[in-house]
Amino acid sequence: MHHSSAPLSRRVWLGAVALLLALAGCTPMSAPAPAGTPANTAATTPAVSAAAFPVEVTSGAADSTTKVTIDKLPEAIVSLSPTATETLFAIGAGPQVKAVDDQSDYPAEAPRTDLSGFKPNVEAILAQSPDLVVTASKDADLVASLAKASVPTLVVPSAKTFEEAYGQIERIGAATGHTSEAATLISSMKQRIDAAVAKAPNLSGVTYFHELDPALYTVTGNTFIGAVYSLYGLTSIADATAAAGDDYPQLSEEYVVSANPDLILLADSQCCSVTPELVAQRPGWAGIRAVEQKQVIVLDEDIASRWGPRVADFVENLGEVVSTLELAKA
Amino acid sequence: MTTSRTVESTDHPGVTVPTAIRAWSRWRWVRPSRWVLASIVLAGALLLGALVGPAGLTARSVLLELVGALPGVHVDSGLTAQQQAILWQIRLPRVVLGALVGASLAVSGAAYQGVFRNPLADPYLLGVSAGAGLGATLAIVQGGAGLPFVVPLLAFGGGLLAVAATYALGNTVGGGRTSAVIVLAGVAVAAFFSAVQNFVQQRFDDSLLAVYSWMLGRLSTNGWTDVVMVLPPVALSWALLLLHRRTLDVLAVGDVEAASLGVDVARVRLTLVLIATLGTTSVVAVSGLIGFVGIIVPHAVRIVFGASHRLLLPLSMTFGAAFLVLADVVARSAVAPAELPIGVVTALVGAPFFLVVLRRNKVAA
Repeated sequence: MHHSSAPLSRRVWLGAVALLLALAGCTPMSAPAPAGTPANTAATTPAVSAAAFPVEVTSGAADSTTKVTIDKLPEAIVSLSPTATETLFAIGAGPQVKAVDDQSDYPAEAPRTDLSGFKPNVEAILAQSPDLVVTASKDADLVASLAKASVPTLVVPSAKTFEEAYGQIERIGAATGHTSEAATLISSMKQRIDAAVAKAPNLSGVTYFHELDPALYTVTGNTFIGAVYSLYGLTSIADATAAAGDDYPQLSEEYVVSANPDLILLADSQCCSVTPELVAQRPGWAGIRAVEQKQVIVLDEDIASRWGPRVADFVENLGEVVSTLELAKA
Repeated sequence: MTTSRTVESTDHPGVTVPTAIRAWSRWRWVRPSRWVLASIVLAGALLLGALVGPAGLTARSVLLELVGALPGVHVDSGLTAQQQAILWQIRLPRVVLGALVGASLAVSGAAYQGVFRNPLADPYLLGVSAGAGLGATLAIVQGGAGLPFVVPLLAFGGGLLAVAATYALGNTVGGGRTSAVIVLAGVAVAAFFSAVQNFVQQRFDDSLLAVYSWMLGRLSTNGWTDVVMVLPPVALSWALLLLHRRTLDVLAVGDVEAASLGVDVARVRLTLVLIATLGTTSVVAVSGLIGFVGIIVPHAVRIVFGASHRLLLPLSMTFGAAFLVLADVVARSAVAPAELPIGVVTALVGAPFFLVVLRRNKVAA
């Protein structure tokens, strides 16, 4: 009687896959919540430069040598990345977008479908007859399958730095005939971010805990979100794990309490119903400085998990929040 | 069939079970050396669990703090209020919860293996894990991951539902008479619940992180609340299983033989499975899926101390508790201040450890 070996091996296998996923530092989640702030970019009449085509655009990570060739101005774009969707609409390529994935909840006028960016279904994508697919997924099979159907794919994976994020806006601009709008967007983002940082007090030495999940997954300073906090001089309590190469570590609860962060930012309020009150009720958490001084902030987890145009909103909001708090250390 | 192997006593190789049962005189199973060893191992594990952690509390101050908690003793441990909170409200409940979970998984595993006379039977055999996984996943995708009680309650419900489905299926198809049918029904039910769980998980892929972290097991972050919540059902399940030690020894000889000794096999099997399931489902609800404990601990105890359930059940409980507390020490210190999922540690540390036990006791096994 050895019938039960299957469930065991399945569990071990699941565990191994999930461990890899965790070690690989999977992208922080975003919740399908209603859009928060209105679009920043004015709806200027797009001057689409069809003359520029065909164009060759870098596809993949910032240091990628892969190029994708787009023969003519795309007019049926499928976006499988919420960040790319926001960028497309912010640079005036919205009218060229035919379908976006199920997580692309911003802006509201984006043609949201049930396409999945996480588990892309090639046939469902091709059913939209796209002439350009934009995705954050590094799934090589997806790119190869779409290439067989002669559909070019622009891969813009999660950015780790502001430079990478700006680079992706440029690439999306070039791929869709909106080069100059992309440049305008980037310079406006840079200006807004610089202005917000200039206004804020010096917070070097102030520590934060950015909660991705109630199981205490967080970010180090080496992530994109960490780079946003670094603008204000804030330091992640998880930076001690950065040496191990894990930028989205799951922290021990007692470590979070003993690290005594000055600021707790909840990116798990929409997904998981965490509130500052529940945080204060956690056993042992009442004495954390952030809890004592009511410096537990609820974030819009969509904005805080994307690296698109609304990063400027996030930086500005964060600047306002930290300016009003009693954070500056003696 | 493994019947003869699993019931053979290491102290009396070749002795058939009824004789072996008689050979264990009334007080024989309370051999002091074993209990002293088991207690020392458990106490050592609990102490290590209390001492080790990423918060940087010194061993001296933790020991002083623990001694100071004894009635009538007044010592100053030198810990700040914050450090006391870490020790008393975070670390110690976690150690105690680890002990409860480990003991329950191990004793339930031993009982399942006895009931089904299947060395590969583990506490998740009848679909508890798949059912609890589905319940937890539903709770998480509905936004309950950060709320107290929601995930444990749905996981508990899902686990019970899956086992009920397994039993109903086993009864319909095989009349509940043969354990093989029930085991197969469990495989089918687990596959079905897992499929639904995977489907839900994929539909709500923004919850993947929370679902995975539950699946891989984690000793909860809800302080003493979780301990208090699982203690009643778990204690009940332990007590009832320990009362059935003798019945399990009788079952070990085979269904027909047990029936001829006056045991209502189908009824006893149902009772034992329900009791073991109560314990397993309760701990799974607060700890997620922690594999391997329910298999290796009872087998290691069998190999070293013999297969009689009078010894096997209490010793599995003790060593299971110690094993999981130690595994959790590894989980929270190996990559401190980050954590490893405890389910990964139990398999990673447990598998080689089990091979060592197996090798060293080749003759006895």
